[in-house]
Amino acid sequence: MLTKKVKKRVSFLSLLLISLVIAVFFILKSLTSNILYFKSPTDIQLSQDIIFNKKIRVGGMVKKNSIKINAQEIKFVITDLKNEIFVSYSGTVPNLFSEGKGVVAEGKLKDKNFFIADRILAKHDEKYMPPELKDLMKKNVK
Amino acid sequence: MFDLINPSRIFNWIEKLINFINSIFFILLIIALTFALVLSPPDYLQGDSVRIMYVHVPSAWIGLASFTAIALLSIISFIFKIKNLNLITKSIAPIGLLFTCLAIITGSLWGQPTWGTWWAWDARITSMLVLSIFYILFILAHKLIDNKDRANKVANLIAIIGLINIPVIRYSVDWWNTLHQPSSIKLDGTSSIHPSMLLPLMLMLLVLLLYCALILLMKYKTEIIRIKKKNIKRI
Repeated sequence: MLTKKVKKRVSFLSLLLISLVIAVFFILKSLTSNILYFKSPTDIQLSQDIIFNKKIRVGGMVKKNSIKINAQEIKFVITDLKNEIFVSYSGTVPNLFSEGKGVVAEGKLKDKNFFIADRILAKHDEKYMPPELKDLMKKNVK
Repeated sequence: MFDLINPSRIFNWIEKLINFINSIFFILLIIALTFALVLSPPDYLQGDSVRIMYVHVPSAWIGLASFTAIALLSIISFIFKIKNLNLITKSIAPIGLLFTCLAIITGSLWGQPTWGTWWAWDARITSMLVLSIFYILFILAHKLIDNKDRANKVANLIAIIGLINIPVIRYSVDWWNTLHQPSSIKLDGTSSIHPSMLLPLMLMLLVLLLYCALILLMKYKTEIIRIKKKNIKRI
């Protein structure tokens, strides 16, 4: 069954696949900073060259008890449990935006600790459950 | 061994299988839709928009599985030059494209009420778009290249190259920060979806898989008829 032609095709394919995997790996690796949909507050603290005029996205969790709403704007804190960043935003927020939930803010950095957003996206987790169960869990925690 | 998948032999039992699937398909569809739209509870966070999941997730799985199947069959076909496998991959491709597009469209419809945007260039969504492009290239290779052997060879290579994209899609949410949430159902079988929601999800998967089988068999039958017709002409 394994004739010379078949062997040739097998080696061609394996060579093709291996070189493709290596090529894709390096392409994706060098593009990592572009593939990341958002930066965490820690990424921003650690980065050396921040461009303040460029639009970026910051993501993490909305810190508990940090949302302050007044007539003009919504202020809240994005945290990744190591570092935090203050966000100021005026506009409508998605329904799923709430304290303790994931959020991605699009806008510009004012400095390393202050971010002015012009768009807010909500990021939810991979857990799905009926509302009764969530109430039950909350009661048990209390 | 390959005689078992001889087209003329398959032809006889395809008809029976199509009739059998036809007879149970609509009953199962109604049951699955009842569970998905009526009996299953709303999500604690997303409310009723979680019901989009029951179409979105199976569609994405089928899109990925179809391409994996096409690529693996293409490898075998490329090495051993089995013509019949090309008929099968050719029949799977439109189904895979349909469900990949369905996953992208339902994802967009789901993204608007939950994330607050129709579209995001995050790794998961972009790599799904790349998958649909690979499907289109595969189908175009068969449509545009007149020489059958050449068309098969080019299409097979497209599928094999596109195979690299599959693990990228699967692990995109783990490797990079994405707006898309991580997988709810892990490869080891653990799930973070409540059982009352997992049941309609699996039922919908079953129904959509049956639909795929139906279309695949019908498409495959047409391909065989096309070949037989050609041979008659030649005689």
